[in-house]
Amino acid sequence: MEKRVTFSSWTIGILFAVPQLLLIFTFFYWPAGQAVYWSLTLQQPWGGGNIWVGLDNFRSILSNADYWNSITASLVFAGISTGLAMFIALVLAALTDRQLAGSRLYRVVLIWPYGIAAPALALAFRFILAPEAGFLSAINRMWPGIWDPGLDGADAMASIIVAFSWKYVGYNFIFFLAAFQAIPRSLIEAAAMDGSGVIRRFWDIQFPLITPTIFFLLVINITESFQDSFGIVDIMTSGGPANATNLMVYKIYSDGFKGLDYSGAAAQSIILMLLIIVLTIFQFRFIERRVHYG
Amino acid sequence: MASITIRGVKKNYAKTQVVHGVDLDFASGEFVVILGPSGCGKSTLLRMIAGLEDISGGTIAIDGTVVNRLEPRERGCAMVFQNYALYPHMSVAQNIGYSLKVAGVPSAERTQRIQAVARTLELEHLLDRKPMALSGGQRQRVAMGRAMIREPKVFLFDEPLSNLDAKLRVQMRSEIRKLHRRLNATSVFVTHDQVEAMTLADRLVVMNGGRVEQVGTPAEVYSRPASRFVATFVGAPAMNILEGTVELDGLSLLGGSRHLTMTRAGLPVGTKVAMGIRPEAVRLVAPNTAGALKATVDLVEELGAGRVIYVDLDGAPFSVMTSEAIHPEPGSPVGLKFSPEDMHFFSPETGSRLDVFKASVPEPAL
Repeated sequence: MEKRVTFSSWTIGILFAVPQLLLIFTFFYWPAGQAVYWSLTLQQPWGGGNIWVGLDNFRSILSNADYWNSITASLVFAGISTGLAMFIALVLAALTDRQLAGSRLYRVVLIWPYGIAAPALALAFRFILAPEAGFLSAINRMWPGIWDPGLDGADAMASIIVAFSWKYVGYNFIFFLAAFQAIPRSLIEAAAMDGSGVIRRFWDIQFPLITPTIFFLLVINITESFQDSFGIVDIMTSGGPANATNLMVYKIYSDGFKGLDYSGAAAQSIILMLLIIVLTIFQFRFIERRVHYG
Repeated sequence: MASITIRGVKKNYAKTQVVHGVDLDFASGEFVVILGPSGCGKSTLLRMIAGLEDISGGTIAIDGTVVNRLEPRERGCAMVFQNYALYPHMSVAQNIGYSLKVAGVPSAERTQRIQAVARTLELEHLLDRKPMALSGGQRQRVAMGRAMIREPKVFLFDEPLSNLDAKLRVQMRSEIRKLHRRLNATSVFVTHDQVEAMTLADRLVVMNGGRVEQVGTPAEVYSRPASRFVATFVGAPAMNILEGTVELDGLSLLGGSRHLTMTRAGLPVGTKVAMGIRPEAVRLVAPNTAGALKATVDLVEELGAGRVIYVDLDGAPFSVMTSEAIHPEPGSPVGLKFSPEDMHFFSPETGSRLDVFKASVPEPAL
């Protein structure tokens, strides 16, 4: 006996699925297919036909030093900001889980940053990190010129990393806290009875049990650091100085919509997509096997 | 082995007090069972001994050392949790050996001790498994192994058998008893199951509402319950309680509708009492037997070895347990007979025991 509710009519099932299929087709498969097509042709900047060029777009991009610089910058950005956002969130969630003083306050406060649109928070950080008037201007008063994201590429990179991490700390924190709270209290107590101190308990019991969450956040954070970084880069550095923060996602925009090189931008989109796919496969292949699913 | 001394221990959560000044002494090597209904504070008391719960007032001493401010690991206690609390990501061997690893015991010695514990608990073939792949009884044994391996001074059990099925529970019960006989460590076992309590305990502590109602051997608690609560909580089916008044020639029961003629009431005439009689101390007789209480049969529960007969005594429920092969029809009249020695008297107001036969209360002059 089939106990689930089923629809005898095939068409009703399809009708229910149609709105979602339509959305996915319109906003994912169609543009993605279009990007693949554009990447294989040379598009006229103001419309009016195109020429089939095969893989020439890819060849020209991959032989361009600027593009390799952009890939490196993206990887550096992804690595450091993911690490920072996850580490800080993990520490805060562990402390909140132990109900230390102030935990109730930052449980609420830490969720807010994720709700702020990237350009808005980027604008705020632009002011905060401004070399002439921001918080760090005090350092510049002592050692003039030591902090200037407008001139120094490393400073600019640090600025966007801080802004991005700040947003994702809140996001990661919610997941980490939920994971910590899902661990039965009695496991921690049993470990305490076994003679394990706070730090030891964290590494031996809590950390292994939240590895599924760590893995999930790792995948999400890395993916988002390639994509969600656009607004922050656009407002804070516009890819500068000297392309130091010209991340892949920003370069697609500036090459495509400012440089009107639609075909090159489309090819870059495809490469970015492949890179994220490869990174995700890599994570599932090599990191997931160390994850303990309860 | 260690003695435990509990003096005036209290526990408050915010403004609610859940344990109200408990005084107890557990001798070294003793198996003590704390019995009580849920919410009586028994687990809280156990967790205060373990160090998992702060002590709001009073002191707990293990082997003469006050442990109030010591971390759990410094108290020398091991605990078996209700839900076993096995580390899901560790194998059975790692679970059992975790405390030794934390203590920095070299790996060769660790393996040897894990093997020894596994042998006693018959877990040798399961050492590489994860807790997920174990049955309830096996998990229970792993939890015991984890407690045993440290050779603790004190064993604490927090309702460890309540997640097992009935058959396994009986089996684990005797295993725990055997284990205690061999290790001889002071053990404190918390449960709400009175059969578990009676069978395991050297000494029984009955708690209710954050207070200790009675401390004694299971036989003492059963035969001389210190309060109405203990009387009705220990023993199954529960002790029958009938309210009444002491009269010159016996007891007037159920607001005077029944009279029980007794030669020795032992209490001043006019005293209001709650008279208790165990179902197994009542005999069923013919309805018009002299001196018997008349009642009507409600329901017969067959237990195989015996049967429980629920009768109606002017609206008051009353049960009789008998091993005789009698099967009265529901609705038929019966007589209830019991001897005065089996009766217990409690104060209807405070519930405390009114000692009649033991204390030197002079018999009323007739």
